[in-house]
Amino acid sequence: MSSIKDRADLIKQAAAQMGKETYKGTSTKAQLPRTEYQKSSPKIATLEEAIRKSGLKDGMTISFHHHFRGGDKVVNMVVDKLAEMGFKNLSLAASSLQDVHAPLIEHIKNGVITEISTSGLRGELADEISRGLMDKPVVFRSHGGRGSAIRNGDLHIDVAFIGASSCDPLGNACGFSRSENAKSICGSLGYAIPDAHHADKVVVLTDDLVEYPNTPSSISEHLVDFVVVCDSVGDSSKISSGAIRDTKNPRDILLAKQAAKVVINSGYFNNGFSIQTGSGGASLAVVKYIRESMLEKGIKASFALGGITAHMVKLHEEGLIDRLVDVQSFDRAAAESIMRDPNHREVSAISYASADEPSSATHFLDIVILSALEVDVNFNVNVLVGSDGIIRGAIGGHPDTAADSGISIVVCPLLRGRIPCVVDEVTTLITPGSTVDVVVTEYGIAVNPGRPEIMERLKAAGLNIVTMEYLRDRALSVIGQPDPLPFGDKVVGIVMNRDGSVMDVIKNIKE
Amino acid sequence: MRLRRTMMFVPGNNPGMMADAFIYGPDSIMLDLEDSVTMAEKDAARLLVYNALKTIDYGDTEMVVRINPLNTPYGKKDVEAVVKAGVDVIRMPKTETAEEVREVEREIEKVEKEIGCLGRTKIMAAIESTLGIVNAYEIAVASKRMMGIALGAEDYCANLKTQRTPEGTELLLARQTIVVAARAAGIDALDTVYSNLNDMETFRKEVELIKALGFDGKSIINPRQIEIINEVFAPKQKDIDKALTILAAIKEAEKKGSGVIAVNGKMVDKPVVIRAQRTIDLAIASGVLNKEEIDNE
Amino acid sequence: MVNKEAFAGTLESGDILIQISPSEEKGLHIELQSTVAYQFGRQIKQVITETLEGLDVHDARVMATDKGALDCTIRARVTAAAVRATGKDVWKD
Repeated sequence: MSSIKDRADLIKQAAAQMGKETYKGTSTKAQLPRTEYQKSSPKIATLEEAIRKSGLKDGMTISFHHHFRGGDKVVNMVVDKLAEMGFKNLSLAASSLQDVHAPLIEHIKNGVITEISTSGLRGELADEISRGLMDKPVVFRSHGGRGSAIRNGDLHIDVAFIGASSCDPLGNACGFSRSENAKSICGSLGYAIPDAHHADKVVVLTDDLVEYPNTPSSISEHLVDFVVVCDSVGDSSKISSGAIRDTKNPRDILLAKQAAKVVINSGYFNNGFSIQTGSGGASLAVVKYIRESMLEKGIKASFALGGITAHMVKLHEEGLIDRLVDVQSFDRAAAESIMRDPNHREVSAISYASADEPSSATHFLDIVILSALEVDVNFNVNVLVGSDGIIRGAIGGHPDTAADSGISIVVCPLLRGRIPCVVDEVTTLITPGSTVDVVVTEYGIAVNPGRPEIMERLKAAGLNIVTMEYLRDRALSVIGQPDPLPFGDKVVGIVMNRDGSVMDVIKNIKE
Repeated sequence: MRLRRTMMFVPGNNPGMMADAFIYGPDSIMLDLEDSVTMAEKDAARLLVYNALKTIDYGDTEMVVRINPLNTPYGKKDVEAVVKAGVDVIRMPKTETAEEVREVEREIEKVEKEIGCLGRTKIMAAIESTLGIVNAYEIAVASKRMMGIALGAEDYCANLKTQRTPEGTELLLARQTIVVAARAAGIDALDTVYSNLNDMETFRKEVELIKALGFDGKSIINPRQIEIINEVFAPKQKDIDKALTILAAIKEAEKKGSGVIAVNGKMVDKPVVIRAQRTIDLAIASGVLNKEEIDNE
Repeated sequence: MVNKEAFAGTLESGDILIQISPSEEKGLHIELQSTVAYQFGRQIKQVITETLEGLDVHDARVMATDKGALDCTIRARVTAAAVRATGKDVWKD
């Protein structure tokens, strides 16, 4: 017979061979009912405690997501606290920044924040930075590019601060809450997922601490170090840039109808196609006209990608789109759909659009409809810097989807007031012209000479095909030749390509 | 042949709308100096319309200006300004008699002589009263410059002591009078505006009705109305095929020098040819027929 | 001659509001606020100056608030303001 006592020597020998201790007996069990016990989770902390325990030091990098867009409250709350605690020289790595982040101007002036990386900047903060507020240039990356940079170490995050609409005491976090009286909702947490995976420490801030297990979750407990409960992580009414309703603007309708005709005749509008559109008036209207054609021709889409809107949710619920792949929910309807519909799937920024991730969704995208601040005669696109030289936009997934999709269609008016959208050379290069296939304006449609087959299809469909040079000249004939912008010599921004190379720089604008 | 399916109304004191009206592809653009401009802004709107006409490239779009009546302090200045700016057509509001047309013609001639372009400016008259309807034919033939007559239904209905209905029963006589007078005079007939933009279904029915009555087109107030009118006016495929056959037979006959032409055993006379050509023009303009296709055939 | 203050135009997008008033000093004194000042400020002032000189207005103060107006609109608004300020129309009567 061999009892465990008889095997004691052999156990010791095995342990010695493996370099391990032998088993010494059980620890004491906690006896509380588990619903009580989870309340004493060691991860729960105040914001200040979480910051202290995270080991954050001057000069380190902190990160944030922008799923609440203009309604975000986390960036200002955390940076205010960091300033109060005396931190200096921090690097702020946001997935994007909005008008609401104007208070960062003071923190930059006081030396709390000395570096920023982001997809975009808007409002007063963008104005000040364009005029030279910061000593170090802001680093701009696309959503896919940011994912790659976080994963390969180009962008190392020391502490990630992730706002979540629900989280349990162990750290299972979501962009929505299953509670009856949820305080906030933002839907997908796609941009925060790379941060959660790769940051040294992860702090989840939530305005709804729910009971374990808060699953399925966007961010899993094993990634989370601290859970901080706060009054509000964001104002959900501001996640959509405008009310989702059909545009009545005749110019948007005209552009949308033209863009829909391009889609329908592009050669990519076949059963099982996939599509991504933006959230502007014209993009939303495109979906409406494509839907009519899908119904008429009996064509269904396999998936819609990207910023998901109520319009896409509607098509999905009608059975016209099989799956929704959602890195960012653009409105409340989309955010609620992701909570209840298993075929509406969240995707991380890396799986969405990273160039070095072979399985990222953009690689399998047929059609993308994009906007632009400027397009030049070589099809290069600028979505970041206004024609007045002031930063007023975001790279977003623009270069990622343009590069990877089967056909990229940029829709923009030829003129915005007296500002031309088709120019000789873009103010700032964001999306290289080699990846832009079609430009739709109210004065005609230009097709990249690199895509002769698309040009043939659109011509055969009777669309008004023109050259970029014609569009540029047409714009100039209406508005006159603009004077050059008064740029200074300071570099205030660096634009990274999605492959990690430096593509362009933004100079300061002089008063 | 010029198509006049859509004559888009643009307020004459709104520079934003005037600059890009043409992108929506109306057949004609009507810049308005009359009802959409307050008395205090008549001078400014006149200058705006003058400068826009002189400067903005409206492509092939026919440019029309609705002037104020000559019996107001603005009418003569309006004529002077828009003729000098090179407008295609002056649209007279509230026309009741042939004499009013001749008065406008005399004003136009005065300005045309001054700047050396006699005969350039066309006239169309909007008929907006019962008296105008009674005089429709005389108005239509009042001047060689007349290119069309149009119905203005709001004032007409008030004058008639009735109201507009979705069915348009109250307008039937006026509409038919306008079409008959225009056809007899060899000019175009244009229908009144439909102003409820939230009811595109009734709008479409009205367009179908006026097409059936024989109108060339309609005044419109919003670019969203253009597509529906063009759809309704677009010829059906079987009509296009028939028209193409007729035109091909004509070509063939011309080549052979043969005088009499028959298609499918039926004689083809001049009205048939004109109708066939109009069908093809409409088909191309409506985008249901590719111009290159016919040229290749 | 500019003998009273006068306005023309609006603050709508694509328009320009022109205010002309009599000036004690010689010459045209133009103050411009524009949403497209960087790229078009110089041209807008030039169009205002040329239009006024064409109307024989040489001494005036001009306040212009531009919302991206095209040159033809600027000419129209400046002319309208000048006609109102001088009482001298450009059309016959």
